[in-house]
Amino acid sequence: MNIYLQTLSRDLRVALRNPSSILNPLLFFVISVALFPLAISPEAATLSQIAAGIIWVASMLAVLLSLNALFHHDYENGVLEQMITSHHSLPLLILAKITAHWLLTGIPIILLSPLLGIFLFLDGEGIKVLMITLLLATPSLSLIGSIGASLIVGVKNSGMLLSLLILPLYIPILIFASSAVSQAQFGLAIDGQLYFLAMFLILSLMSAPFVSAIALKISLE
Amino acid sequence: MLRITGANGSGKTSLLKILAGVSAIEQGGVKWNQHLVKSDEYQSDIFYLGHQAALSGELSSLENLEYLSNLNKTTKQQQLIQALEAIGLIGYEDEYCINLSAGQKRRVILAGLFVSKAKIWLLDEPFTALDPAGVKIVEQRISQHCDNGGLCLFTTHQDSALANQRILAL
Repeated sequence: MNIYLQTLSRDLRVALRNPSSILNPLLFFVISVALFPLAISPEAATLSQIAAGIIWVASMLAVLLSLNALFHHDYENGVLEQMITSHHSLPLLILAKITAHWLLTGIPIILLSPLLGIFLFLDGEGIKVLMITLLLATPSLSLIGSIGASLIVGVKNSGMLLSLLILPLYIPILIFASSAVSQAQFGLAIDGQLYFLAMFLILSLMSAPFVSAIALKISLE
Repeated sequence: MLRITGANGSGKTSLLKILAGVSAIEQGGVKWNQHLVKSDEYQSDIFYLGHQAALSGELSSLENLEYLSNLNKTTKQQQLIQALEAIGLIGYEDEYCINLSAGQKRRVILAGLFVSKAKIWLLDEPFTALDPAGVKIVEQRISQHCDNGGLCLFTTHQDSALANQRILAL
C-alpha cells in the first residue's frame, strides 16, 4: 500500500512541476465546448438540449488527449523498466498511475463542468446529474484508457492508434451518461443509467490494472 | 563478479534483461535459490541498472533516488543522503535532474548501489559517462559487495582494474 501512495505522489509531483502537460487537455476541453454556441446557435432552447452531449464528447476527447502521456515518459526514461523488475505488484503501481491521471484530468473536468453547463443553459437538475455521471464515469475512462496506453507505449506517433483502440470501449459510457442527463432534464428516472455506469466502473477497476500490467510487460520485452 | 564483454549487438543487454525479468526467455529458465526469475522472491533479490537513466527531470536527485530505492526496499532518507554523499553528489540533493550532466545522472542511479540490500546486481554499462574518479568509487563499491558474498554481473567496454573478476565474452 505504501508503494501505491509513493507512486501516486511521485506522479502528481512530476505533473505539477510540468503543468503544461495537464493544462493542455483541460484547455482543449473548455475551448471545444465554448466553440459550439458560436457555430450552432446561441439560443438557450437549442443549447440546453445538446449541452450534455457536447460536454460529454469534449471530456472524452480531452481524456483521450491526455492518455498518451500516461506511460510514455516513464517508458522513455526507463522508470517503467524499474517498476517491472521491482518485486512490488505491477498492477498496484499501475493503479497508482491511473489514480494520478484521474486526479489530474477527471477531477478538473468534473469541477469545470458546472461552469460549462451554465454556459450552455443547462438547468440545475441537469448540471447535478452531469456531475454525477462524470464522477462515476471519468475513473472508468482513465482505467480503460490505461489498457490502450500500455499497448501502444513503444509505438511512435500512436495517437491515431490509441483512439481506434479506446474509443469503441468508451461509446457505451458516452451513450448512458449523456442519456442520463437528457432524461433528467425531462424529469424521468435515471437509476438504470447510473447503475450501468457504476457497473462499468467496478468492472474496469477490477480488470484494467491487470490487463495493463500484462500489456506493459509485452510492450517492454 | 562476472564481467560480460562482447561486440555491439552480441546480446549483453538482452542477457541482463532476461536475468532481470524484463524480457521473456524463449527456451529454458532462470532460477536463483530455487526461485524462478519474475517471482517476487527473485525480484526482491536483484538490483537492475538498465541503459536508460530511469530519472524524471522534474524530480530532484534525492526524490528520484528515494522512489527508485523504495521500489526495492523502503529506505530511510538519511541513508539516501549518505549514498549521494558516497557517490560524490553532495550539494546536488535538491537539484532537478533535468539540470544535471550525463555523468551526474548516472551517479544518481549508481547511488542506489550504496543503499541496495539486493544480492544480485545486474549492471548494464555502469561506467558510461562517469569520470575516472566516479569509476573508481563504483568499482570499490562492487568489490565490497562481492567481498560480502554478493553477486555482480556487469557489462562494459572499458578495461576495469577490478580484482577477482571473471570475464565472459559473448
